[in-house]
Amino acid sequence: MQVTFKILRYNPEKDNEPHFEEYRFEGHENMTVLDCLHKIKWEHDGTLAFRRSCAHGVCGSDGMRINGRNHLACSTLLKDLNTKKTIVIEPLPAMPIVKDLVLDMTDFYEKYKAVKPYLINTSPVQENSERLQSNEDAEKLFESAKCILCACCTTSCPSTWSNNNYLGPAALLKAYRFVFDTRDEAADERLDIIDTPDGIWRCHTIFNCIEACPKEINITWHISQLKKELSGREI
Amino acid sequence: MIHKFDVVIVGAGGAGLRAAVEVPKDHTCAVISKVFPTRSHTGTAQGGVCAALSNEEDDSWLDHAFDTVKGSDYLGDQDAIEIMCQDAPRAIIELEHMGMPFSRTKEGKIAQRKFGGHTKLENPNDPNSKRIPVNRACYSADRTGHVMLQTLYENCVKNNVNFYSEYFLTDLIIEDGICKGVTAIDMATSEIHVFHAKAVMFATGGYGRAFRITSNAHVGTGDGCALVYKAGLPLEDMEFYQFHPTGLWRLGILVSEAARGEGGILRNNANERFMEVYAPTVKDLAPRDMVSRAIISEIRAGRGILGSDGTYYINLDLTHLGKKVIDEKIPEITGFARTYLGVEPTKECVPIQPTAHYAMGGIPTNYDTEVFSDNKGTKVNGFYAAGECACVSVHGGNRLGTNSLLDIVVFGRRGGKKISQFLKTAEYTEFTGDPTERTRQQIDSLLNLSGGENISNIRKDLQQNMMDKCGIFRNEKDLAENKEILKQLRQRYQNITVQDKSKVFNTDLMEAIELGNLIDIAESINESALNRQESRGAHTREDFPNRDDAQWMKHTFITKADSGELKIDYKPVVKTRFEPMERKY
Repeated sequence: MQVTFKILRYNPEKDNEPHFEEYRFEGHENMTVLDCLHKIKWEHDGTLAFRRSCAHGVCGSDGMRINGRNHLACSTLLKDLNTKKTIVIEPLPAMPIVKDLVLDMTDFYEKYKAVKPYLINTSPVQENSERLQSNEDAEKLFESAKCILCACCTTSCPSTWSNNNYLGPAALLKAYRFVFDTRDEAADERLDIIDTPDGIWRCHTIFNCIEACPKEINITWHISQLKKELSGREI
Repeated sequence: MIHKFDVVIVGAGGAGLRAAVEVPKDHTCAVISKVFPTRSHTGTAQGGVCAALSNEEDDSWLDHAFDTVKGSDYLGDQDAIEIMCQDAPRAIIELEHMGMPFSRTKEGKIAQRKFGGHTKLENPNDPNSKRIPVNRACYSADRTGHVMLQTLYENCVKNNVNFYSEYFLTDLIIEDGICKGVTAIDMATSEIHVFHAKAVMFATGGYGRAFRITSNAHVGTGDGCALVYKAGLPLEDMEFYQFHPTGLWRLGILVSEAARGEGGILRNNANERFMEVYAPTVKDLAPRDMVSRAIISEIRAGRGILGSDGTYYINLDLTHLGKKVIDEKIPEITGFARTYLGVEPTKECVPIQPTAHYAMGGIPTNYDTEVFSDNKGTKVNGFYAAGECACVSVHGGNRLGTNSLLDIVVFGRRGGKKISQFLKTAEYTEFTGDPTERTRQQIDSLLNLSGGENISNIRKDLQQNMMDKCGIFRNEKDLAENKEILKQLRQRYQNITVQDKSKVFNTDLMEAIELGNLIDIAESINESALNRQESRGAHTREDFPNRDDAQWMKHTFITKADSGELKIDYKPVVKTRFEPMERKY
């Protein structure tokens, strides 16, 4: 079948601002959007730039806006899209463009780091045995630990669009991952970090993040657990 | 731009990150990676990481070592294997202490499951009793690699490790047998950066992209191994390349052995459980090389299932496991089957085929990750390698499932420790020439080529030929033909045109460099395969179907001279306590 892609292109060395370019090619329904981008790059226009690595939704490199929705190019198949219409590909919103679909993600990673995304536990451990944790408690972490840092959620959030300083859902999800880890001792420290006007209270439960998450993580629920923890703390 | 760091680690997968965690704070350390660290290929490992923790049942590291030696088809160096398996429980406990989330047992310990080739004696007091599958693989659902990579990166963030993400490795600077650093391109600007170092560690990963059907990420192009080869240093055991039996049909996306560990069964077109014939005791949980050969043998015998595009596949049957097991134990991989093949694993079989998966061969090192410059044990001063790019050799002719995740944490740490020792007396050695020279020349010449050859066409031809002529079954005729084909591809490479001439995030240029690396890698694999006239582990010669210990129980060292001439040397296998025996399961 004939497929038409309209891709937002921007090369800072020659373009004043981003513009769309169209590509028509022969595709089939089982191709992923990433396959299509490769086809364009390899057969039509080698200058097209995008990130990708694992090509099956695990590494989180190829988050982009596909027909107006944030998703991974490698996990979106043509059969999931209306190929009778032009398919519009843009970089994720709310981050500076480096080139074409490649974004400068520095700010996103800085916000991840801000929530202390690592286990903090200063109690002595026995070198030859693990800390015990019930499977139930472990599984409370699994959904949040699925996060691949693709930034689909954070850049889908209207609160992010209106406030550059907002931590965003990905960083808050990472905070959950450690606040609710029974092995961690720094929950208070992290709760202090997110308990700010630009922190968790910018989340207005809009649910865009859930729709955007390619790993089907119920991010809003996780954020709500943090809010509950915070409101309990104030009393 | 010139940077100075005591240690420069190239690659931010499990091995590189684990090494970085180990470097003491009073030394400067940089980690260079062509992708952001959490995008590294370690993250796609699924099923587990083995250690004889005995959390689910009695187990011992000696059984783990025995299995690894036997799985390697007696090509693995037994001293290194003993170190790895003995250190495994400590390494896993350490990951848990670092914060890695694991699935747990009823007592709250790390949960363990069965995995291919991992066994113990049915009766521990009777060495002649049969060996049965054992719960040895520690796991976190089927995202073990993902959470391991995340945990190691988190610990690097905690330790303030310096990362140079999206820096593309272009040169390894070795002068007079001393490794002095590397050069890399900042992908955002194309600026050449020199990393002057006392110690360099390569943790650059594998090269599955040398084959058409592969589970490997696009970044798996063997850049580190290729630079070592270009530097005139040897690569070891390159003919041993593992095909994982269960890649999604046509796509190669990995379906973890955990699927069979949880009870999944391979079936042919008559719905027969054919592994009963090939490996009567462990059946579907035989090691990967055997299962991959069995699958191809079934298809060749007309017992494959004909797919819509005229190619054949085999069925992986998970339907009897039930929705609960599928959703809780292997949710990710069953998700792949739904997304990419439109198959519902609770109701239908998953179409699979073998997929190029893991390099047993690579940069020769000792068990402290020090790189050898020859087959006699001469070391390259200040140069280390760990993880899939290295050949210690703990995997020999065939790696057992889960041992790759173990390899990276055990040897990443050992490398970090060895480097720390080395730094106590090491000094910076000045460059004699301009360390940017070769990189500058390479980029200029690639950008100026104008023959019009398409980069991706050459890559496709390389991958297809490696798959067809240097894949699971090999013979002299095919390999000799492939050698000529690779020479032609190298010629065609001189006629490529890089369309993108810009300096900002020029992935066209990066792909051109990666293709050059893949051609070198493919050449070294093919030549080593042509040379080894026996069948052992993952290297199967139809014209030499038997293992020949008298002639071939030795490692291959391949080097390329400046003249382009290839030379093969050998190194004996280290044997400790495990006598070679016939490999039956």
